[in-house]
Amino acid sequence: MKVALRTEGLSKQWGSFKANSDLNIALPVGARHALIGPNGAGKTTFINLLTGVFAPTSGKVYLGEENVTHLPQHQRVKRGMTRTFQINTLFPGLTVLESVVLAVCERRGIAGRWITTVAKQREAVEEAEDLLESLHLLQEADALTRNLPYGKQRLVEIALALATRPKILLLDEPGAGIPSAESAELFGVIARLPGDVTILFIEHDMGLVFRFAERITVLVGGRILTEGTPAEIAADERVKEVYLGEAQLG
Amino acid sequence: MTVAATVPPQPASPKLHRLPDGRWHRIEIVFWLLPLAAFFLLPGYLVLGSQILIVALFALSLDLILGYAGIVSLGHAAFFGIGAYTAGLLAVHGWGEPLSGLLLAGAVAAVAGYLVSFLVVRGEDLARLMVTLGIGLLLYEAANKAAFITGGVDGLSGVAMWKLLGVFQFDLGGKVAYLYSLAVLFLLFVLMRRLVNSPFGLSLRGLREGGKRMPAIGAPVRKRQVLIFTIAAGAAGIAGGLLAQTTQFVGLEVLGFPRSAELLIMLVLGGAGRLYGALIGAALFMVAQEVLSGLNPVYWQFWIGMLLVVVVLFARGGIMGAAEALYTSLWRKGK
Repeated sequence: MKVALRTEGLSKQWGSFKANSDLNIALPVGARHALIGPNGAGKTTFINLLTGVFAPTSGKVYLGEENVTHLPQHQRVKRGMTRTFQINTLFPGLTVLESVVLAVCERRGIAGRWITTVAKQREAVEEAEDLLESLHLLQEADALTRNLPYGKQRLVEIALALATRPKILLLDEPGAGIPSAESAELFGVIARLPGDVTILFIEHDMGLVFRFAERITVLVGGRILTEGTPAEIAADERVKEVYLGEAQLG
Repeated sequence: MTVAATVPPQPASPKLHRLPDGRWHRIEIVFWLLPLAAFFLLPGYLVLGSQILIVALFALSLDLILGYAGIVSLGHAAFFGIGAYTAGLLAVHGWGEPLSGLLLAGAVAAVAGYLVSFLVVRGEDLARLMVTLGIGLLLYEAANKAAFITGGVDGLSGVAMWKLLGVFQFDLGGKVAYLYSLAVLFLLFVLMRRLVNSPFGLSLRGLREGGKRMPAIGAPVRKRQVLIFTIAAGAAGIAGGLLAQTTQFVGLEVLGFPRSAELLIMLVLGGAGRLYGALIGAALFMVAQEVLSGLNPVYWQFWIGMLLVVVVLFARGGIMGAAEALYTSLWRKGK
């Protein structure tokens, strides 16, 4: 099976604190893979290492066969790996449409053009509008992103990521802070993505995780505790102890 | 029955959204007619007028990096000064052709900007302030020390300009200087306006609004910052070159910290990130300086300080921001 994303002994250490230790993970093309674990397990750090926000202390990241460990963030995006953020990281002073047009222009390699106006980039604009329509955001196209309700802003997070047409999509708690109904709707959008898009997502809502994920990796204290199908994970006593037990208590 | 009557009214396109389209609005045309009108109506103020136009161009260059790309600078005068000395030295040493001198002033400042940009884009706001401030001070003292080239504190005199386009001699009344400055300002404004309305301009606003998001959508952040810093330095250099050519003198203060700081004040007063804010801020500051220093040569900055505090506290986005807010609220009421 063709591997889309693979890590080899990926580790990140700050002083004596080991945020990620020797993480080996391989996601086949089209995977729907969840990364779960209690708070502070190192899930977001892992995404930051994958995307190049942090340089690993040791270990390697491969996109397909290519070692991208030392590539800057934007080069990894160009190669098809895109992320969303746990805390909205948007363009507050741009309109929703401007934000998505910008992302589309970046992907099309036309964001450096300065002779013609944004409005004249018809294909990019239409693509952005179609994307907003598919996310039911077209009504808000002219609104400043900062003026949107939080739930809509989470959708803009997704829109920006989808505008890059990712082959590998890393979702860091896409439903964080929004009601579970909206969260389920959001996952519905993600579920409709083409089957060859590889998805790794962090999520605390176990209902969504078990419904959506084909495989699950459990991270505890920066290490992989176990990995398996939802049924295997649900049956694993250690997971119940360190994570599900906590969730049930919570 | 006419054809028009048989065709049902078409709904407005659901996909007609606001995006930078670069269309000129009537108010902009009126705005640009004002300096032209001033040429005929205020012939006694053309020297001050030229200074305003030059400083306005300088403020525009800062607006590109600060207002659009969100890169703060306290040393932008470095590039203004480099341009001024380039054009001045060129004329002193026998090449007084204005347009080529101006182009070279811009080119030298752009090269300097390109080299400095790598230091500037590395840090965050405070580091950028300090790096740009440091470079400004460094250049000021270097120019002071190199008095055999720059004239030091006495300034660079003997800047002899040839006729503009081989026809128009720079006159004492400042007519040619005024129109020359206005033409250069307008030309560069048109280019900058084109730039900020383009995808590149949108990406600059993206840098300002979401610097952390930009690499996550695939944008080469450093490359864009280096590019706009270089362009802005070049424009500042052209402004400096214009000053040297039109006053036929280069004083050491072209590189001074006060020039950078005042520029920042102008931009905040007028409203950053709007181009017109830079123009209005520069004009307001220069006119206020002229009027207030006429009333009291010592304490005029008191009123500028007062104005700055009032604008920052009560008019978010400067004068242009306040005007936009007023326009929006009136438009809503009208609806």
